[in-house]
Amino acid sequence: MSETRTIEVDYLARVEGEGAMYVRTEGDRVEEVKLSIFEAPRFFEGFLRGRDFREAPDITARICGICPIAYQMGASLAMEDICGITVDGVLQDLRRLAYCGEWIESHALHVFMLHLPDFLGYPDAVTAAKDHPDMVRNGLRIKKIGNAILRLLGGREIHPVNLRVGGFYRAPSPAEVAGLGEDLSWGLEASCEVAEFLATLDYPNLERDYEFVSLVHPDEYPITHGRLGSSSGLDAAIRDYDDIFTEEHVAHSNALHSHRSDSGEPVFMGPLARFALNREHLTPRAAELAERAGLGIACRNPFRSIQVRMIEIVLAFEEALRLVDGYRAAPAEPALPVTPRAGTGFGATEAPRGICYHRYSIDDAGLITDAKIVPPTSVNQPTIEADLRELVQTHLDLPDDELRHHCEVAIRNYDPCISCATHFLDLTVDRK
Amino acid sequence: MTATKGPLVIGIGNPWRGDDGVGHAVVAALAGTPGLTTAACSGEPAELMELWQGHDPVILVDAIVTGAAPGTLHRLDAREPLPRGARYSSHGIGLAEAVELARSLGELPDTLIVHGIEPARLEDGVGLSPEVRDTLARVITRITDNLAEAVPRSRPAR
Repeated sequence: MSETRTIEVDYLARVEGEGAMYVRTEGDRVEEVKLSIFEAPRFFEGFLRGRDFREAPDITARICGICPIAYQMGASLAMEDICGITVDGVLQDLRRLAYCGEWIESHALHVFMLHLPDFLGYPDAVTAAKDHPDMVRNGLRIKKIGNAILRLLGGREIHPVNLRVGGFYRAPSPAEVAGLGEDLSWGLEASCEVAEFLATLDYPNLERDYEFVSLVHPDEYPITHGRLGSSSGLDAAIRDYDDIFTEEHVAHSNALHSHRSDSGEPVFMGPLARFALNREHLTPRAAELAERAGLGIACRNPFRSIQVRMIEIVLAFEEALRLVDGYRAAPAEPALPVTPRAGTGFGATEAPRGICYHRYSIDDAGLITDAKIVPPTSVNQPTIEADLRELVQTHLDLPDDELRHHCEVAIRNYDPCISCATHFLDLTVDRK
Repeated sequence: MTATKGPLVIGIGNPWRGDDGVGHAVVAALAGTPGLTTAACSGEPAELMELWQGHDPVILVDAIVTGAAPGTLHRLDAREPLPRGARYSSHGIGLAEAVELARSLGELPDTLIVHGIEPARLEDGVGLSPEVRDTLARVITRITDNLAEAVPRSRPAR
């Protein structure tokens, strides 16, 4: 006799945006897993058309309040690709510093406020804070330091206004940048302590044979630029993205689903992918912590993503300190001059949640004729569904409430940004 | 918490989102009041805790959506837990979550009052709706009345 079970989460908590989950089982088989994103479509790609190419960073910054730099920089890189300029030197250093700020504030919010309560056994951060006040207090301070970097480089921490095609509107003075140093030093030590603590916690077992995809770079842990790389040996230019990945609509979600064009298989983007493909470029303290935490050359347990995210916070602090120390003089000009020319350009950066890809076409007057933006949550969505399928299949003996909780934690492993991906979450498990 | 820095009014919100700018507008009107510190911020918990450290009483002003008529005034006293929504977003922590987090951390001032104003519009763009603009004078009067009651109680010993 077969029993149908349905497990639903009608409104997923501790993720960004609106989404739901539905799982249906028949006897001992998982029949259906759907992650639904019902956040309303946002039409950014549509209303970019007809706008000046220089407006793209400011318009796309509004896609996300937590990872605006990913959008501003992806758009800027694509426009620079079209116009034939390359931002390097001190301007590139300032871009990487700004992006370190985004990684710190985004990762810290997820690690301390959203994901850590799951592993400490609390319903939320407010409750966890009563028993672990120093941890939460330090987490808030770490996040605030990330915000301070964004405020200095971006003009303000939410939807920054100071980044532009070619660089910045205003470059900070060396004294302003040096002012970050003391907090960054504190942040690095505090983050290392948390990374050590996270290595002592128990994590659920789930390991799947993911294809990890991230940017790769010969000299550095990729943040602001690189080539497309994967654990199956992919090595391609950003301009090949649309050949390698296909996006399609699925009925149950307002976010497009993305998969490899050749195999049809989903891929995994984000901290675990970056770590697996770029481990040799970890900064010294981050590398040492990864080693001591026993994360190996790659970590395939998504529940351990919180550890890797924390190690990336350590890395971001080390990188920020290095960049702050190296900033001796403001650049002569805060941006390179950019003259529009008709063409199509490509840009991709490592947003906190994975690769954020942009493609634009502009005409001779610099007006945008076509735009395509792929956020990492869109790519990870089918991978999250596959994780949930495996998790439910191996835990069918659990009562619905426990199973539902496991599933919610598994979704948070990806720090999904539903608002960004909408073009997302509730949980239903239907057992037959 | 030992309070030595006197009363503080913090306006919370985003002035680029219509009536969400009401907190900042109230603070702008109160700025310069003798003996009163004012500040404006986005509501980020660590920033709030840092701002109010050492101050008492602390008054927060923000737009609050309850479904009541636009311009309706709400007053919440943090001696009682503030009602929290079931939602936690990775993009922001609500005012109630921030206050409750501060309570868990032992970072609440002795007196914390929240004045909430029901917004009419929260869309992009600077400027308050007529309904909310009409309540500004009432909010300011309530705050100054609060301060008149609270200040003598919490004035530091000399």
